[in-house]
Amino acid sequence: MKNKKKLSDSNLLLLITIVIFFVMYIGAVVFLKGGFLRPQAFLNILNTNAALIILASGMSLVMITGGIDISVGGQMALISMCCAVYLDYMGGNIFVSILIALAIGLAFGAVMGFLVAYLDIQPFIVSLAGMFFARGMTTIVHTAPFNVANEAFTKLKGTRIIVPGLGSVNRKGIYVDAYIEIGVIVALLVVVLLFILLKWTKLGRAFYAVGGNKQSALMLGINVKRTKFLAHLLCGLLAGIGGYVLFLNRGSGAVTNGNGMEMDAIASSIIGGTLLTGGVGNIIGTLFGVLSLSTIQNIVSSAGFDEAWWTGITIAGMLCLFLVIQSIVMSRKKSS
Amino acid sequence: MSDMKKKTSAGGILSKLMRNQIFIPLAALLLLVIINLIAGPSFFKISYSANNAGNMIFSGYPITILDFGSELAILAIGMTLVTAASGGQDISVGAAIAIAGSVMLRVLCGNAGSRPETMQAPIIVAFLVGCVVAMLFGAFNGILVAYFKIQPMVATLILYTAGRSIAAWINNNELPIIKEPVFGYFGGTIPGIPIPTPIIIAVVCMIVTALVLKFTTLGLYTQSVGINEKSARLNGLNPTFIKFLSFVILGLCVAVAGLIKVSRLSTINYSVIAKDIEMDAILAVALGGNALSGGKFNMVASILGAYVIQFLTQTLYRFKVSSDALPAYKAVVVIVLVVASAPTVREKLSSLMKSRKSHAKEVG
Repeated sequence: MKNKKKLSDSNLLLLITIVIFFVMYIGAVVFLKGGFLRPQAFLNILNTNAALIILASGMSLVMITGGIDISVGGQMALISMCCAVYLDYMGGNIFVSILIALAIGLAFGAVMGFLVAYLDIQPFIVSLAGMFFARGMTTIVHTAPFNVANEAFTKLKGTRIIVPGLGSVNRKGIYVDAYIEIGVIVALLVVVLLFILLKWTKLGRAFYAVGGNKQSALMLGINVKRTKFLAHLLCGLLAGIGGYVLFLNRGSGAVTNGNGMEMDAIASSIIGGTLLTGGVGNIIGTLFGVLSLSTIQNIVSSAGFDEAWWTGITIAGMLCLFLVIQSIVMSRKKSS
Repeated sequence: MSDMKKKTSAGGILSKLMRNQIFIPLAALLLLVIINLIAGPSFFKISYSANNAGNMIFSGYPITILDFGSELAILAIGMTLVTAASGGQDISVGAAIAIAGSVMLRVLCGNAGSRPETMQAPIIVAFLVGCVVAMLFGAFNGILVAYFKIQPMVATLILYTAGRSIAAWINNNELPIIKEPVFGYFGGTIPGIPIPTPIIIAVVCMIVTALVLKFTTLGLYTQSVGINEKSARLNGLNPTFIKFLSFVILGLCVAVAGLIKVSRLSTINYSVIAKDIEMDAILAVALGGNALSGGKFNMVASILGAYVIQFLTQTLYRFKVSSDALPAYKAVVVIVLVVASAPTVREKLSSLMKSRKSHAKEVG
């Protein structure tokens, strides 16, 4: 037994998440039967949550360095509103709109990263202010929600990628292809790239080192401030990408876009095994965190609790559960 | 010679004042007053006249500020204690107000549907039940923070997400309306008394707080836990319990603020009631010059900060800023405040001042 490698914290938390996801999904398939068996049901989870996957990945990065960013939901609203206004009222170009989205995300990331890393201000306060700023700015840009009618945009929004071999026969006996939206490709690409970044690059290792122990990271010669700044910058960039993907998914500019999304992103990261205290986390875990969260939402709504408030309560409940698990794991580790 | 002495003493008083914590909110208040005076002094007119119901009351913008700042001032009391003890803030107060208000209305409606002609329970019972529920939710936050050692803001994020949903669930998503005018007294005016009731409630809360801080060791214990948890424990204090207690006290403040909020409208809107008030409460604590990382606190400065925030809100309304856009402006104020109070910035500023002073000496 002694030779057997002990599971590290990171792997243990990741394992818990993946097991819980599969148990939940199988449970849903067995007890609810309501179409959870079709591959499209799973792909739909991806379709509706592509933006959240991107957002949660960025959140995990910041959380691994020991920070937090609750402004990402507000940023998404601002991005979708700005892009919508630009495309519809100014007859804008679709590539420029993507650039606008990225620029807004990067600007938020840069300012907040500077305040957190170089001025040593609590990340929570900074991003709380960022959140209110973004939400306030959104209403200043435009108040009423509206659908975007720009031709090039609606074409891009309607683009569907057919997944071969996963289609199913519907009730009328017609074969329907399974599809995913563009956002899913982007999201998966982001996950793969971040996985590589965290696992095999110098910067990725610096993230873990800074989050694990600032002092020893400093002694190892890591530029702690720059690393933190870069984490926030990346999170901002990902919020920009995620904001655009959400915009593509919804096709409208609205103040309520991305409402509560920061919460879902944090919950997904935590469920995925990222520790709030920093230093531990995994992008694959975050992906599974998002999937678990949306599966449980689907279960809750198809089990008859379709009133809006149940979603909020279940997410909060899950978050609470995982926070307590983390706290216990950490205190055990300390005592051992 | 004597002239110089006078100068230094005047400078001494000024620098002493500047070092006093209460200087920051006072300066902000002064700035707002000046801005409003420039924009037109009619802002400060107070009139004594009959309102719609025929009662003689004081009215005018200053009274409005004091009136609508009451909830914030009451919350600032609890938030200051939480900040000092745990070094973090509770961001769930807005959601908790929704819960407390919802509970009170539920008790008042009883089994008579959501629009009863008469209240089914005395207001005091409804208020006490609301207090208990709010304190229980405060205790929930307190347990997560104190016993499970989760960062306060993240722990309270749970209630922040779920709170308004829970509030809607308590009343089955109906919007209860209390028709009896007595219930409206707490958020409006009592016939015969010319001052809006929320101001009176806020003053009572402040007096109680002042007495508690004066005659118990709560303030001292809270500060010592915030400054150094380990040494507080070595001195025989129980940091876990004190942190827990601060959240429960905040729960009580939430219940009082919830009563005022619900009474103002005699109904509730789950998604709008006390929206963004957590931001204002944190801002009030920060504006009061209290360190957001815990430790020493100044209650007077916090309460003054709360009224300054309300003053700011009123001023922004005056300049035709829509209520949806308010957060953007306040966020800028928060960032400016936090940056100005950041230790690194302060160090740089003071070193800059010193180098200028020495430069001046050399020239002299």
